[in-house]
Amino acid sequence: MDLFVDGAGPLLSALGTTVLLAVVAGVGALVLGTLVAAARISPVPVLRGAAFAYVQFFVNVPLLALLILAVFALPDAGLILPLAPTAVLVLALYEAAYVAEAIRSGVNTVGHGQVEASRALGLTLGQTLGLVVLPQAFRAAVQPLGNVMIALTMNTALAAAVGVVELTSAANKLNLVEAQPILIFTAAGLLYMVLALAIGLGAGRLERKVAILR
Amino acid sequence: MSAPAPTAGATATGRAPARQVLSLYDEPGPRARRRIRIWSVVVVLALLGLVAAGLVQFGSRGQLAADRWTPFLSWPVWQYLLVGLWGTVRAAALVAVLGGALGLVLALGRLSPVRPVRWAATAYIEVARTVPVLLLIYLMLFGLPQLGLDLPLIWKLVVPLTVANSAAFAEIVRAGILGLPRGQREAGLSLGMTSAQTTRKVVLPQALRFASPSLVTQLVSLVKDTSLGYIVAFTELLYRGQVLSSFNHLLIQTFVVVTLIYLVFNGALSTLAARLRTRPGRRTPRGPGTRAVPSAAVLGVPATDRPATDRPATADPATDRPTTGGAPS
Repeated sequence: MDLFVDGAGPLLSALGTTVLLAVVAGVGALVLGTLVAAARISPVPVLRGAAFAYVQFFVNVPLLALLILAVFALPDAGLILPLAPTAVLVLALYEAAYVAEAIRSGVNTVGHGQVEASRALGLTLGQTLGLVVLPQAFRAAVQPLGNVMIALTMNTALAAAVGVVELTSAANKLNLVEAQPILIFTAAGLLYMVLALAIGLGAGRLERKVAILR
Repeated sequence: MSAPAPTAGATATGRAPARQVLSLYDEPGPRARRRIRIWSVVVVLALLGLVAAGLVQFGSRGQLAADRWTPFLSWPVWQYLLVGLWGTVRAAALVAVLGGALGLVLALGRLSPVRPVRWAATAYIEVARTVPVLLLIYLMLFGLPQLGLDLPLIWKLVVPLTVANSAAFAEIVRAGILGLPRGQREAGLSLGMTSAQTTRKVVLPQALRFASPSLVTQLVSLVKDTSLGYIVAFTELLYRGQVLSSFNHLLIQTFVVVTLIYLVFNGALSTLAARLRTRPGRRTPRGPGTRAVPSAAVLGVPATDRPATDRPATADPATDRPTTGGAPS
């Protein structure tokens, strides 16, 4: 049982890093993803095209390739940030594409009548989007957004591959010392499951609170 | 309001269905057109500025020099990378087949009337969905040898990916089954087919067709996951790129090329998924009632009384184009 006494400290502090990564990247992804989704449905064709290209790029390229590019390759071009901020930035950029898709599917559930009514009332496009469409789209997108946030939390593990010391990486290091792989990785897995469960339950609660019954 | 074209594509998982195209704005008038033009110019300038800034930054470090990029025009380098791509394809194909089969079983298990089976399948899916693949790979790399079980390299990548992706496949198939009208199953049962026959001959063929766009989308995500072969040193594209870059010291160029290969390969798959989504096969199940419209119109309602929006969407592909965005991805 020495293992748990020795291991609990590093694992828990690494769990803090994972949570921090997930929260900062998650907020960034939500903000950026909303902007991309808004660009995707804007009346300006160039903006629509740019948002489409953005989503297509990040949906089709592996996160690990982007992380390696940003952490190991871009410093050669003089683009260098500390390790953890780089990982958070890449994660946020990457998941923003998925957030944009989730919000866009939410926008698709908003009825025609809503938009027609707001236009008939003389609202401008910005007002239609900000006051009528997006609030309803977000409510419809709570569950998909929750899933994106769970995926984001799982993806923070990839930061371990480029050297950020978060939960997976700490478990790996602990294992190198203690040589108890099954026990240690199972414990780390349980911690991830707790995080995912918390996000899932939170999303479920939020949905029950804000969902619109049609 | 311009072209309120209802399209027929509907996805099982609700990922960007193309069923309803929302028109957020009127046909622009002269002033709106001018505003759109101004904004277009602003956006183009901003994007060009971004690209220019990037190029200047890269150029100032000599990363744009021709001799840093020309190696990627030679065949041996491509041959080297294509071997990696072949490894990616092999691993992805194995995971797709194994994960797909397991996912199908799990989906049926989760919908099974037998309670222990349902619980087991649900538990497996929930666990596999909420544990990072990297952790599973580490468990595989370090845990199994301790138990005296050492698999060939490719399986160290394929097994964890199968565990994770089978859960995703199961959820997609389950959504496809739940998306079918209940009457399909009831009709099969009332014809005297057994439950297993109904599932095999009535429910699954339709459910899988219904879920096919999401299944292809999951395939894209699976191909992306094989890049974790980088961790286990399995010869796939990203790992090959890593080895190549440590050999030629062209870090940026190598990883940019690798990223572009992934983009093209997965982009083709994503385009396929988008096609499947916007142009469902003729036998794709629709919501009840959509098919009754044309026949009702033929039966007696004067053609002029028929609202334009009730026209069958498949009759005129030109109106199927979404007006508020590009093709769904």
